[in-house]
Amino acid sequence: MKYGYYPGCSLRVTAFEYDKSLVRVFNHLGAELVEAKDWFCCGASAAHSTSQGVAHALSLKILSLYEKEGIKDVVVPCAACFSRFKTAAYELEEEPEKRKTFDEIISYEYKNSVTIKHPIEAILKDFKKKDLEAKAVRKLNDLKLVCFYGCLLVRPPKIMKFDEAEYPVMMDKLVSTTGAKTLDWNYKTECCGVSLSLSRTDIVLKLTNDILTDAMNVGADVVVVACPLCHSNLDTRQKDIEKEYNKKLGIPVLYFTQVLGLAYGMSPKELGIPSHLTDAMGLLKEKKII
Amino acid sequence: MSAPAKRIELKLTGEQQKFLTEVKQISGQNANLCYQCKKCTAGCPVARTGAMDLTPTQVIHAIRLGQIDLVLNSHTIWVCASCETCTTRCPQGVDIAKVIDAARNYAKAIGRVDAEKSIDIFFNAFMKSIERNGRLYELGLALGIKMKTLEFTKDMELGREMFFKGKLKIFPHKTKNIKEIKEMLKKVRELESK
Repeated sequence: MKYGYYPGCSLRVTAFEYDKSLVRVFNHLGAELVEAKDWFCCGASAAHSTSQGVAHALSLKILSLYEKEGIKDVVVPCAACFSRFKTAAYELEEEPEKRKTFDEIISYEYKNSVTIKHPIEAILKDFKKKDLEAKAVRKLNDLKLVCFYGCLLVRPPKIMKFDEAEYPVMMDKLVSTTGAKTLDWNYKTECCGVSLSLSRTDIVLKLTNDILTDAMNVGADVVVVACPLCHSNLDTRQKDIEKEYNKKLGIPVLYFTQVLGLAYGMSPKELGIPSHLTDAMGLLKEKKII
Repeated sequence: MSAPAKRIELKLTGEQQKFLTEVKQISGQNANLCYQCKKCTAGCPVARTGAMDLTPTQVIHAIRLGQIDLVLNSHTIWVCASCETCTTRCPQGVDIAKVIDAARNYAKAIGRVDAEKSIDIFFNAFMKSIERNGRLYELGLALGIKMKTLEFTKDMELGREMFFKGKLKIFPHKTKNIKEIKEMLKKVRELESK
C-alpha cells in the first residue's frame, strides 16, 4: 500500500518525533509514505488570518503537486494543514465559479482529485481491527489514556467530515487496539490556543491548564494527541503552567503513533519519546512497558 | 389596533458601509441570520479565559450594524484562535469564525492592527518565512518576532530546552520553488487589491 505524504513544516523540526513515529508505524503496517517533491508550507493560521485568497492559493498549489505526481490519497498528520487543505478543497467544490481564478493563480488546472486523509482515518479505514490487534506484541493493558482531538481535526464537521464533532471516538478506537484503556473526559475537543503560543502565551497557559488538569483529574497516565501544535502547547508549556498556577503537572503527552509504535515493539528512542519536554520515560518504566 | 412599527433607518458612513460590504464579501456569510442566542459565546474557549473584550455574539452584532471602530479596535478579532466551535454550534448556520477571520483580513488590509500588535507581528513573520524559505523556519520566526516585539528574554529557557532536544534547527530548509511561491502570492495580492 502506498500513500502520498504531506508532513508539514512542524513535523520536520519541532515535532520530528511525530514524523519519525508515523513513518515507522506506517512502514510496520506495510504501507509506504511518498512525499511530493518540494512541498512547502500551507500557511496555517497566519495565511487565513491575512487573506482567504492567500490561504487557498497555498493549499491548492500544494495539493496540485500531489495531483501532478498521480497521488490519489495524501496523508496529512498535522491538524492545521489537514484543516487548511480540506477547507480549500471544500470551497473549490462549493464555489465552482472561483475555479478559473485559482487555476490562473496556481498556474495549473487543479481537478480536486486528491483525497485528504488524517493518518487516523487512513489506518482505521485501510486496516482491519483484528490485524492491528495482532501487531500489538507488547500489550499496553496497564496504561490509561485520554485522547485529545483538539479543534481542527473535527471542526467544522461539514468540512472536516472526521468523526462526530462534539464527541469523537476514532482515536480512542485506534489506540485501544494496543490493549490500553481510554478514559472518558471533558476536554476532548477543547482548544489549546494553537498559534497564540508565541504571541499571547497567557491565553495558551489558561487553556492548556484546564485541559491537562481535567486529564489528571480523571486519572489518565498520558494525554494522546494527533497534531504537532496540540503536542507543542500541551507538552512544552507544562513548566510555565506550573509556575503561573502554582501547581504540579508532569503528565506525559504522546502522539498516537508513539502509542501504536510502543505496542508494536518499537523502542522509545525509535519513536522519539525521549525528546519530549515533559518526561514520559519514567512512566513507561513504572508501568514496565520498557 | 396599534400603529405599525416605525421603520428605523440606520445611517452608515461610507467607511462603515464599505466595512460591512467587504466583511460580507470576504466571508460569504450573512451575519443578519444571527438571532443572538449567544451559543457562540457560551462555547468559546478564548472568551472563557477573559481575553476577549467583545464576545463573539457582540462582534457579529457590531458587524451587522457596520460598527467598524468597535470591531477593529477590539482584541476579540485577534485573539480568536479559529477553533471553529462557534461555527460548529451556530443554530443559524453562520460561519462565525469565518466572519471574524474576514474582519481580521480587513483590518490587516487597511493596516489597523494596533489592538493586538504582537499577534499581527507573528502573522507577518510567519508569512515572510514562507516567502523566504518555502517551508516555515521556526528559529528564524522566533527571532524575527523578538526583533519586532523587543521581548528578548521571553521563552528563552523554552527555546534553549527545545534546541537541546533537537526540536529547533539552526538553518532553514529552502525549497526549490520559492520564486514560484512568491510570484503566486503576488498575483493573489494584486487581485485582492483591485
